[in-house]
Amino acid sequence: MTNVLEIQKLRKNYGDFALQDVSFSLPEGYIMGLIGPNGAGKTTIIKLIMNLIMKHGGKINIFGKDNLEHEVEIKSRIGFVYDNPNYYDHLNLKQIKNIIRPFYKEWDEKVFLNLVDQFELPLNKTIKKFSRGMVMKAAIAIALSHHADLIIMDEPTSGLDPVFRRELLDLLYELLQSEKKSILFSTHITSDLERIADYITFINHGKIVFSKAKDEVFENYALVKGGNDLLNEETKTWFAGIRKSEFGFEALTDDVNKIKKNFGSDVVIDKANLEDIMYFSNLKNGGN
Amino acid sequence: MKIIISNSSPDPIYEQVSKQIKAQIISGELAEGDALPSIRKLAMELQISVITTKRAYEDLQKEGFIDTVSGKGCFVAMQNKELLREKKMKTVEDLLSDAVTEAKKLGISFKEIKEMLELLYNEEAE
Repeated sequence: MTNVLEIQKLRKNYGDFALQDVSFSLPEGYIMGLIGPNGAGKTTIIKLIMNLIMKHGGKINIFGKDNLEHEVEIKSRIGFVYDNPNYYDHLNLKQIKNIIRPFYKEWDEKVFLNLVDQFELPLNKTIKKFSRGMVMKAAIAIALSHHADLIIMDEPTSGLDPVFRRELLDLLYELLQSEKKSILFSTHITSDLERIADYITFINHGKIVFSKAKDEVFENYALVKGGNDLLNEETKTWFAGIRKSEFGFEALTDDVNKIKKNFGSDVVIDKANLEDIMYFSNLKNGGN
Repeated sequence: MKIIISNSSPDPIYEQVSKQIKAQIISGELAEGDALPSIRKLAMELQISVITTKRAYEDLQKEGFIDTVSGKGCFVAMQNKELLREKKMKTVEDLLSDAVTEAKKLGISFKEIKEMLELLYNEEAE
């Protein structure tokens, strides 16, 4: 399996925030979700991939090539959606498109017009009059109109209603029908990823918590609920995060088999979704 | 082919997919040589991930239910009818054994179970 994106020991220091030795890779033909709370470092990673900010260390390979040495060639094969698209707001979508179009050799006007039509976007209205959702849709339409091999999207679904979010997922599925197209998708609306994502990379406080196949994550992580009497100094260390109440505790484990073996039927074990994993990983052990 | 994914099922999604395909092969709804949809097509239709679908197909292949022909896709494999029947017999046996265990716990006699079974079996036949 070849990797379309390979990140090794990526570092970036902002003083009060640092990205620390971030490494992960995305195999060709798959979709990866980059998740984490606000301020975890998702946007920083994506900006570094796109060389919008300078890195302080590490290496990024895209399509097997260094992202700085082959920047122009690489970027022409990437469809990029920024979390806060900044278009000249006195221009209309048609004018914006005419500015962007010459940068892409593979630009496909027909694909673009189809998407504009499907998204019900007006070509002649100035961007100023667009809602946030419409600007996002315009950015997505542009990103998908030049037969990119890698789609990178930073929070593309924030500000979009559930109806369009579903529509976007359908578009991504269509893209993935080709084994050559890959997608990296950052979001904190994890329900979007729960089904479609092949890989999940979870980042918190500038560090990778895990980067794994999604099925593997769901196989190992679980929510455990039981009486407070089960918690002691030793058992507390088995959990990635604990929420205690007067009546019992709720905790996240990344080793469900160990919990089953030790607690048996004394605890209730529920499936953990990505939101649970994010929430509990952010708690300190034994916290209230 | 019919596949229904439940989000509230305790079974992982790949298992839900492989179980349902298996059931349709055993029941004969899917016949030998029938083509299965491609991994990516099925993932799109079911709105699940490509890796999940791949895993379901890999499990089916390991158990001999489907064959993969590279470049052409996946097909329902030749089935050994006797082996299938034996497998199904084993399921029936397991279920009965569970019933017997429960009955023993409640102190139900063999005669009573037999009567129950007779009643159930004949009901089904009608």
